[in-house]
Parts: sequence; C-alpha cells; structure tokens
Amino acid sequence: MIRCKTSKEIGGMGHSVKRKEDARFIQGKGHYVDDIHLPGMLHMDIVRSPYAYAKIKSINAEEALKIPGVLAVVTGKDLEKYNLHWMPTLMSDTQMVLPTDTVMYQAQEVAAVIATDRYAARDGKEAVIVEYEPMKPVIDPHKSLDPGAPVLRTDKPGKNDNHIWHWEVGDKTATEKIFAEADVVVKEQMHIPRIHVASIETCGCVADYDKVNNHLTMYMTTQAPHAIRTVIALVAGHVGLTEEKIRVVSPDIGGGFGGKVPVYPGYVIAIAVSFLVGKPVKWVEDRSENLQADSFARDYHITAEMAGTKDGKILATRFKILADHGYTDASANPSKFPTGLFSIGTGSYDYGAAFMEADAVYTNKPPGGVAYRCSFRVTEAVHAIERITDRFAFEIGKDPAQLRMENFIKKEDFPWKSPTGWTYDSGDYHAGLLKAMEVVGYEELRKEQAEKRERGELMGIGISTFTEIVGAGPSRDFDILGIKMFDSAEIRVHPTGKAIARFGTKSQGQGHETTYAQIIAEELGIPAEHIQVEEGDTDTAPYGLGTYASRSTPTAGAAAAVAARKLRDKARKIAAYLLEVSEEDLEWEPGKFFVKGAPEKAKTIQEIVFAAYTNHPLGMEAGFEATHYYDPPNLTFPSGAYICVVDIDKETGEIKVRRFVAIDDCGNIINPMIVQGQVHGGLTQGLAPAMYEQLIYDEDGNILNGTFMDYLVPTAVESPNWETGHTVTPSPHHPIGAKGVGESPTVGAPPAIANAIVDALSHLGVTHIDIPITPFKVWKILKEKGVAQ
Amino acid sequence: MKNPSEEQSSMQEKKGVSRRAFLRGAGLTTAGTVALSAGLLSFKLEDAKAPPAILGPGEAEVRFVVNGQARTIWVEPRTTLAEALREHLSLTGAKVVCDRGSCSACTVWVDGKPVNSCITLAVDVSGREVTTIEGLAQGDELHPVQEAFIEHDASMCGFCTPGMVMSCAALLKRNPNPGLEDVKLATSGNLCRCGTYPKVFEATLAAAKKMKK
Ligand code: FES
Ligand code: FES
Repeated sequence: MIRCKTSKEIGGMGHSVKRKEDARFIQGKGHYVDDIHLPGMLHMDIVRSPYAYAKIKSINAEEALKIPGVLAVVTGKDLEKYNLHWMPTLMSDTQMVLPTDTVMYQAQEVAAVIATDRYAARDGKEAVIVEYEPMKPVIDPHKSLDPGAPVLRTDKPGKNDNHIWHWEVGDKTATEKIFAEADVVVKEQMHIPRIHVASIETCGCVADYDKVNNHLTMYMTTQAPHAIRTVIALVAGHVGLTEEKIRVVSPDIGGGFGGKVPVYPGYVIAIAVSFLVGKPVKWVEDRSENLQADSFARDYHITAEMAGTKDGKILATRFKILADHGYTDASANPSKFPTGLFSIGTGSYDYGAAFMEADAVYTNKPPGGVAYRCSFRVTEAVHAIERITDRFAFEIGKDPAQLRMENFIKKEDFPWKSPTGWTYDSGDYHAGLLKAMEVVGYEELRKEQAEKRERGELMGIGISTFTEIVGAGPSRDFDILGIKMFDSAEIRVHPTGKAIARFGTKSQGQGHETTYAQIIAEELGIPAEHIQVEEGDTDTAPYGLGTYASRSTPTAGAAAAVAARKLRDKARKIAAYLLEVSEEDLEWEPGKFFVKGAPEKAKTIQEIVFAAYTNHPLGMEAGFEATHYYDPPNLTFPSGAYICVVDIDKETGEIKVRRFVAIDDCGNIINPMIVQGQVHGGLTQGLAPAMYEQLIYDEDGNILNGTFMDYLVPTAVESPNWETGHTVTPSPHHPIGAKGVGESPTVGAPPAIANAIVDALSHLGVTHIDIPITPFKVWKILKEKGVAQ
Repeated sequence: MKNPSEEQSSMQEKKGVSRRAFLRGAGLTTAGTVALSAGLLSFKLEDAKAPPAILGPGEAEVRFVVNGQARTIWVEPRTTLAEALREHLSLTGAKVVCDRGSCSACTVWVDGKPVNSCITLAVDVSGREVTTIEGLAQGDELHPVQEAFIEHDASMCGFCTPGMVMSCAALLKRNPNPGLEDVKLATSGNLCRCGTYPKVFEATLAAAKKMKK
C-alpha cells in the first residue's frame, strides 16, 4: 500500500486522483489539430511516390489545376527558390522537404496540392501526373555496404558508400579475452523489426501565417513544441521568420509515442505555403500516409553473445548492431548518442565486461529510427540482453529465474557502475522477481509444464527482468541539436490560493494535467483540483524539450517540485511575518505552517498566498510565482520483473497468452491509477511487436502492409488480462523519488513473451525465434520438428 | 524456401482477412453499416420520400435529425457522414482515423445503432436520426458509460474515446446484462493504441451494473 502524506482533499502524491482531461475526452470535446477550423483555411494533400527509388522526369499539374477548388500545386522546384527544399533532421542529417530530381523511398512526398477543401485537394492529388524513371533500390541493409551497391546519398559531396556512422562502447580487449577463455559462449542473431508507432491520431498541422504582422502560429501534433519552434526558426529564419515571430501550439494530441517528435516534410510545406499565400493551411495525413511515410521505429539487426561459466555466472556480453535507417538518419536521439541509450544493454546483471558496436546504413526505405515509447533504443537493448540471458540459461541447463537471481546486481551495490559507463541510481531486482514469481506461482507452473510436456502439450514460461534508463538528461551529456535536455515548470499562485502551472513538456495521453497538479499539491498543500496545468503553447510555457523517453516526471516533474519548494520557502517567510515568530519556529504540514508546540497558531497556504498580494513583508517581492529549469544530476533507472505464460496449440501454432504478471519499480508513485493505465498501455504496445506488428517491404521497396487491415494493432480481443504490481525503490537523486514509468512495459514485455514462446518449444531444440512470433512461424517449426501433422 | 518477409506477408494477409470476416460475423460497428445500407435504409427512405435515382454532380440535400435537432445540409453526394458531421455541422467529437472502416474511431449511432460514419454516406442518412458523442449526455447529466470512463480511467489520449464510448453505450442498449466477452466483442472494432482496453471493459461492466439500479 502506498502511504500518502497529504489528505484526499489535497490529493498529493499517491492518491488515485481522477484525470482532469477525461471530462472533455468522454464528451467529444477534446481539441485536436484536425478539429481546428480557421476562417479562410486552405487544405493541403500530398502527392507521393509509388517507387522506392526513381528519377523524377516531369511533374504535370495541368489537369489538377482544372479541378474546381484546386488552387496550386507546389513542387520541390518551387521550394528551391526559397531554399526551403531541404531540412535538417534531429540527428544533423539532411532530408528533402520536396524532391527536385530523385525520390528515395516509397510514399515520399513529391508535390503538394492546395485547395479550398479536403475533397478537392484529394482530387487534385489524384490528377497530378508524375513521370518517373525507376531505379533498382537498396532494400536489404545487409547488402547496403556491398561493393556494387548504388550510392544513395549522392546529394552529400564526396559520399561514396551507404555507411552513416560507426559507434562503439565498452572495453573491447577485456571482453574479447573473457570470451576467448570462457567455458560457455552463446550467440544468437536477432532482428528487432521495423515497426510503427501508429498513434491513433495521425500527424498534421494548421500553419497560420499573418502577413501583416509577419507572425506564424503553427498548430501541430508535436511532442516537443519549443524545440520545433527553434527548428522552424533555423530552417526559415533566412526568409524573415525569426524565433520571436513564431508561436507553436500543440493542442490535445491523440498519442505520440515518439512518432511526433520529428519534423515531417508536410509541416514545412504547410508553413511555406501559408507564408506565400498569407492564409491558414491545414495538412492532416491519412492513415496509410502515416504508416508508410512517417518515421519508423527499431529495425536493428543484432548479433548478441554472452560468455559465462558452466555453473551460471555471467562474465561478459558482446553486441554487434546493423542499424537500418532508411533514406536518412531521422532518429530523435540526444546528439551524443547515435544508438540512443542502447548501452543499457548490459542489463540487470553484475558482470564486469561488455563491448557493443553499431554501424548504421542508408537504404531506400522511409527514414527514421524514432524512440517508440522507449528511451532511445532501450527496447532493442533489453530484448537482446533478456533473450541472450535465457539462451545462456538454456545452454547450461539452469532455470532462467534461478540464473537471474544468481547474477542480479545486489540492492546494496547501488549506485552501481555499469561496464558501459552508466551509474544505476537504485534498484531491488531480487525483490521484484521474487514478487513476480510468487504472484504467478512459478514453481507450480514449472511442474505443470513438465507434466504437459510428458503429454505432448506445449506450454512456456518466459521471464524478463529489465532495467530501463530514462529521464534524459543531465546537461553534461544530453542535448538535441545543441539544446540541453533540461525541462521546466512555472507556477503562479493567484491571490485566492488557486494556481496555474505551465511546463515545457507536452502530454499525449499520459495525464500530465492531473499528475503535475498532484506534485505541486504534495509540495504546497494546494488541492490538486485547484491547480490548472497547461502545456504546449510556446508563447506561454517556459522552454523545455518536450515529452518522450519517459522524461516528463524525471525532468519537468522534478522542476515542478523544486519550483514549489521555492514557493514554500517564500511561504515560510510570510508565515513567520504574519505569526510574528522566527522562521525556525515554524513547522510545515501539507497545507499550513504552524508554530512548533502551538499547532493552533497556524497560517494556511491560502492565507499566506493572499498575504503575498495584500500584506507582504516590507522589502519582499510581492506575488507568489516561481519558475525552475531542472537539470537532472543523473538519469533514473526504473526496472521490472515480468513473467508471461503461454499455451501453444501444437497443430496450428496458435499462441495464447494465458498469464502476464508485470511487477514494475518506477520509484515513488504519483498516481497509482494513472500508472496502472500506463502499464496496461505499455504492455499492449509490447505485445504488439512480440506477436503481431512488423512493417514489411518487398524487394522493390513496396510496403506490403500500410493499412490498419494488415498492420495488426492489437484489439480488445487480443489484449490479455494484465496482472500488475509494484515494488518501490525511490530514486535517491530525484526530488520526489520518482523514476518514470510510461515505457517500462513496452520495453520489458516483448522479451518476456518471446522467452515464453521459445521456452515452450525449447525441448525441441529451438533456441531463438525473431519477433513478431506469429502462429505461422511457430507452426512451421512444429511441422519441421514433426510435432504438427 | 520463400524469403521470410514473403511468408510473413501472406500470413498477415490471411490474418487480416480473417479479422475482417470476424468483425462482420460478430455484428459489430463495421457490420452494422453493411446491414444498414441493405435493409433498414430503404425502409426509412421510403418513409421520408422517394429519393431521386441519381444524386449529383453538385450538392445534394440531406435532412436528418442530429442529436435531437432537425438539420439540413447541402453536401456533395460522396461526402461521408463523418465529414458532414465534422466539417458541415462542427461536431468534431467523432474522429477520422483510418477513413475506411477499420478502427471505429468515427462511431456514431444511426437510428440508435452504431455505425462507422467514415464509410457511411451522408446522403444515406437522409430522414434518419443520428446521435453523436456530443448528444449522448442528457443535458448536464452524463451517460453512465461516460461517467464510468472517468471513474475507471478508461481514456488516455482520448482520440479513440468518443468512438469507444459510443460502442460501449450501444452495447448496453442492446444488452443490459453484458459479460466480459460481450464487451470485448462490442469493442473489438475500436482500435485504441494507448491500450485502454482493460479499463474500458471495467468501465462498461460497471456502467451496466449502475444502469440496472
Ligand atoms: S475512421 Fe471510421 S472506422 Fe476508422
Ligand atoms: S485513448 Fe489513445 S487511442 Fe485510445
């Protein structure tokens, strides 16, 4: 049970306060980009390439322009005149806004049609005739570096291959020595497939340029409004759109999951058109455009190796990655980390040596590499370590739970320095796994499995005990395009004791309006109900880097706590003045200061705030406001112990997730109800790549599943009954001891499911299956092994 | 041996088809639309007045009742009900997510039955009664499903929520005593990327209980 310091009325940390945002959502009054209608607004639709790699011979807009309502067709050549046809990616690579001569992936933007309504724009798009000269694309990343492979980025002077970057971390020599001498070495090739965030709301914007005042208001689906404002200023500053003339507004967002961090060409084209015609321009992509062209996630080919002793001591790990970035590196990682935080991949285990390296390549596929509900490649890392740990257990014939227990970093060894250089803040991995085993009934399940095996039935138990790394991040290491990854909070308390608080982050369903209010309530004792939280408007909110990578609570949440504490210090001074005692004689309890030993002599926070405007001590600044920009001293390291039980039909390969127990440790919990929802959602998004989702391309680069009929987002029917629980190991360096939770389940679930399925088949000699593990893949194995008829 | 991506795709295709077939068979929102355009529709339209054999080019008149109010709009005959509600009547509660009947975010009721408004033509609802999420509450009194969604935290980003609420409320109308499987089936056409499903089940079952009291 969580013990709360504040009363239910105050609703601070630990209370399951109902979400403030729900009242509008359940009445259809959420306000999203596509709900915006401005007078005189034009609509934009985008002509896209049917080819993965082709020269553009001509673009003919004649027929399109004859359609009533179609006003203009914009091409790369038009944008070139203003030098707006290229833009930087967040990884300092470059990307076409619209092409002038070559298309590099299927569904790439080729031209934009501007019309008076959405239907006319779509008609116009169908009527634009583009002549292409198709070329043989590079689709397989393994062939991208072949000597004969065409060089794709001919726009980059001097580029003579498709290699983007090489990265490595760890002690290579020490690791190699251990591997050379170890009793046991296991190795698997794994593909963490290309998937899509598929947020239910697609991307879009309304660009509203006011010619008279030279001012742009950009309503858009972005998780990082301030960073986007800066990027727009960098791209369009030369045409007079400097940063003070730009306001980015991110209204309600229908799910982001990392896919709404990058800048897509559609946004830039909409701005350019609005800038030229001086009218608002709306662009909202359709579902297939979203799945086909927006940033993908994952797509890492990993060779994972583990070395250890026969009796089960892990000694070293080695990971080699081939990263397929498509046409350009459009990841959204912190600058210094081209593979994101993959280096967390040594996992929850205590051993001294690791070496990891990665090479990234270009192919003719959509660009990306976004951190889909994941703190920058942590999902890939966790899959690799958790799968190879199971593989090692299998090799030496040890129970995977036992092996983990024996190798965990011990509670007392925190802060713990990992072989790749991280300092884990805190954790209690033994407690987590023990709890999960108890809840699921691990011993009995193993017995049941043995009996079933005798009878020829297939049942598997999979474990994943992961460590996440979130809350990017400390300014010494973390920046995006040079901007340090702090985050911010500003609190203004009005004379009557009610407050408005603004943040540099942006909720996309995480419930910030509720949880941030609770943090402030905890610190100031003002009821959460009376704290209005606002995010997403760059004209009013303090600068921040936005919401992704589970960073909101670790950064902006911390900023809220620190800003509130500044206010509490001020409140103490005012209370001392009002009660005519010294500050040291006062004691705080949520909602009031009272005189030590005389609790009846007290001033409530409301009285104190009122005095800050009406009767403040001479020489003190009036008002009751504080701002804080929080630069975290370290990242936070949430962890979890997940156990999945599957039953497999031996004739059809059908996989049923019978049980799934998720014990999370996200430090102190702000709102248990919201955390549970976040965990449910994350687990569902972990189930998806484990069993259903993958973007599939044929050898010509055609995407084969670009709709919701074939890209299989889990439905109510596939969603198992998630059993959730917690252990609580507060972060020692975070002001409220919280760690962040949104992504843990997405990261931890896939290997638990994969391990369960492989476990069910392990007696047949199966050691690895790439996700998504479909019934078809399993059935083929069963057929090969002579189990299925 | 085929390459793995080929196998994957044929696999996924199979799954896709069967899921669609399943949706049809189960009488969900998608299926609802199919049934409506076959039987119910002609009956109602005759009731109103015989429609012209050919509509368009140019705009066609649609007279219908939306959330209890008689409305008349002029739309191109190809205009979907979703588009008509959102663009012509400023009822933006129903969301357009896939625009092809595969996610149910656009669910509204036509004559009390849930349909996907993105694959229903506006002209096809002439003379009929449409209820949207904006019309579900009775004045200031929320529908029990709406209340339960707040109480049980059944919404995250909120984008699928209007469709989800309309599907759940429709279920309780046709089955005041649903079990978990009934709720799953009734919402199996409603994609929620945020993964609110378990709480949607909880909320709907709780609302059912409350409505019986
Ligand atoms: S938008 Fe209508 S079913 Fe998806
Ligand atoms: S609440 Fe976000 S898609 Fe359902």
